Amino acid sequence: MSNEATLHSQEVIHGAHAHDHDHDGHDHHHEGNFISKYVFSLDHKTIAKQFLITGIIWAIIGAFFSVLFRLQLGFPDATFPWLESILGHWAKGGRITPEAYYALVTMHGTILVFFVLTAGLSGTFSNLLIPLQVGARDMASPLMNCMSYWAFFLASVVMMSSLFVQTGPASGGWTAYPPLSALGDASIGSKIGMDLWLISMALFVVSQLLGGLNYISTILNMRTKGMTMTKMPLTIWSFFFTAVLGVLSFPVLLSGFILLLFDRHGGTSFYLSELFVAGKALSNEGGSAILYQHLFWFLGHPEVYIIILPAMGMVSEILAVNSRKPIFGYLAMVGSMFAIVILAFLVWAHHMFVTGLNPFLGAFFVLLTLLIAVPSAIKVFNWITTIWRGNLRFTPGMLFSIGFVSTFISGGLTGIWLGNSSIDIHLHDTYFVIAHFHIVMGVSAFFGTFAGVYHWYPKLFGRYLNNTIAYIHFWITLIGAYLIFWPMHYEGMAGMPRRYYDYSSWESFKQFNDLNHFISVVVIVVFAAQLMFVCNFFYSIFKGRKVTTTNPWDSTTLEWTTPINPGHGNWVGEIPEVYRWPYDYSKNGKDFIPQTVPLSPDEEKESH
Amino acid sequence: MDTAVTAKKKWWSGGHSPFNISYGKLMMWYFLMSDAFTFGALLISYGTIRFMSTSWPDPNEVFHAFPGMGHTNLPLVFVSLMTFILIMSSVTMVLAVHAGHMRDRKAVIKWMAWTILGGIAFLSCQAWEWTHLYHSGAWWGRNPFLNADGTVASTNFTNFFFTITGFHGLHVTSGVVLNIIILANVLKGTYEERGHYEMVEKVGLYWHFVDLVWVFVFTCFYLL
Repeated sequence: MSNEATLHSQEVIHGAHAHDHDHDGHDHHHEGNFISKYVFSLDHKTIAKQFLITGIIWAIIGAFFSVLFRLQLGFPDATFPWLESILGHWAKGGRITPEAYYALVTMHGTILVFFVLTAGLSGTFSNLLIPLQVGARDMASPLMNCMSYWAFFLASVVMMSSLFVQTGPASGGWTAYPPLSALGDASIGSKIGMDLWLISMALFVVSQLLGGLNYISTILNMRTKGMTMTKMPLTIWSFFFTAVLGVLSFPVLLSGFILLLFDRHGGTSFYLSELFVAGKALSNEGGSAILYQHLFWFLGHPEVYIIILPAMGMVSEILAVNSRKPIFGYLAMVGSMFAIVILAFLVWAHHMFVTGLNPFLGAFFVLLTLLIAVPSAIKVFNWITTIWRGNLRFTPGMLFSIGFVSTFISGGLTGIWLGNSSIDIHLHDTYFVIAHFHIVMGVSAFFGTFAGVYHWYPKLFGRYLNNTIAYIHFWITLIGAYLIFWPMHYEGMAGMPRRYYDYSSWESFKQFNDLNHFISVVVIVVFAAQLMFVCNFFYSIFKGRKVTTTNPWDSTTLEWTTPINPGHGNWVGEIPEVYRWPYDYSKNGKDFIPQTVPLSPDEEKESH
Repeated sequence: MDTAVTAKKKWWSGGHSPFNISYGKLMMWYFLMSDAFTFGALLISYGTIRFMSTSWPDPNEVFHAFPGMGHTNLPLVFVSLMTFILIMSSVTMVLAVHAGHMRDRKAVIKWMAWTILGGIAFLSCQAWEWTHLYHSGAWWGRNPFLNADGTVASTNFTNFFFTITGFHGLHVTSGVVLNIIILANVLKGTYEERGHYEMVEKVGLYWHFVDLVWVFVFTCFYLL
């Protein structure tokens, strides 16, 4: 009885909601002040914009940090007096101090992995597209959605404040390995900066949980009539898998952080054993620093898929739309994403081959790691087959999608090298690793994000971005990304380690001085191109070319059946019903058939 | 009883919930899965460190006190009482949920009140046990108990004990708070007006989960 009663009342509520919209739907502005409309908004589209803009701000900061430490790496002997004026004693005499260098590297990683490519990417597009593409008025719980953003905002405030404390932010690497991160006396970056880092990350986990639960239940429960799971666009599948990964892996990180906080302040020895700091023996014994690595990488590895899956989903969608062809192997795409999700939880120890892990155990992790190449390759071949002999439209979104496929291939292949435990002994902690993960998850995920921004900007703001700037942005970014990261493979194979402050003082790495110099120059150029994109982004919100049609890309999916600037509730009147999958392009002599068009009698016959 | 459906209904075709449950209950289930991973990680960490150690204190020698019984050796008696109380509070929660299905407001109030009482009793027991251990010199970073083989133990026995039972206690505390809020709503007649007592069911899920976690915590720290 109860379930039925509940559901029935749900329906009643939903019905009333829809009814409401019938009435005031025509001039679609809910009464509300500035605060409820733009600040603590419950509208998923506004929350998406909040995530996006916060993400952009973080991206500028995170990328700027990389410019700063690239200055040190590329110009180790030069001094830049302006650095002292912005960084103060962290750059005495215009040269970044070693402490500042480590802080910059750590914050660059933390900011980009978590705040930009997790919150900024899936936060933006899950929020924007899930209700629009499954046909829902909003998220299952708009309130929790709003809280998810504000938890992220709070995490941002704490992380930002850690940049300004006297001893500086966390500086032990984005992985925050103990004992360095557990002992305040070990380095100045392990003092209050580390505590703020942990608090900020705990808030971030809360934000991810609130968001993820919402994404999952919206996708499962709130699909419009006719929207079976296999009629969902691949974007939605990817957001679904991303949310599942996040909901199941972030709590493990939280557990790891709880233990770390006790080691820092509770006198415990979870991760500590038999240590000397500054010549003094510590009393801690019985703990294991490796335990933290297990807990961290149990999140850390799924995290890279949390970053890349939404990009994969959006790229699949954008490639199909702009090739005017159905996506090749829809079910294989879904299946390979599912395989990636399962494998993502079973490969974490490949980050730990050189920790003294039992080589016998390592062998299994090698096997499982290499298995990921199979679903990844399926996806790559499907993307290529989708655009093969298609009627390509090179919109900026399409270019970035193709760029994504390119970087995903070239970065993914080096993953096969690193996944072998024996090769990893040589390559571990070298620039080869940096090159690998920056291309495969950093650059690729950014390309996916850019593709998404360019493609759905008309839905976000009712305007287009400037095309010319977009093309310049694309080419500089693509060529620049390869020029930056390709040479790093060679440096890494020559044994050049990560995280060093100055390579010019090493006889074995002096040969790379010019190369490092070159990379740094390219970094500055690419960074400038990103600033150009940011200007384009904000300028176009107010002055961009206006969208005049509801479906500017001739796309089949539901978000383009809403008004150009949809109000809260998305559709005026009834939510459309869905009859077909989202990839009916170039079918039956028609360029495209929207999901809302019922099957014709011929098609009915085919499908039976 | 109420999930019988017409054979032809296509559950996954959109327009309704495929599991025939509201989004709130679905979210609760996913939250519990997530929380299970949090506890799972903590307990596995405990197991890892314990297996790395050559020896470990014997719980029968650590947990043998009972309030008001002086120095009588009663191994695991008190924790058995705690466990019994928590399991009974799960039983009363089941009865509260059942009463909710029957739309029997009075019974819901009665059983929710018992559940809250059970939760508070459990927390009080835990407070007593913690205080007792504290006074015998145990705390985070301090471990007065010897290993089972008589050697000096590392502090990780108490470190994990206080961290994990504390984390569980926090869950019980938030469960009690949630139960009190729900009870207040029942008293106000919110759910009577709404036409169903699903919120009681949702906190019920959480409460049973917390109870289930205790079974694992209890096993890991007191029995093994």
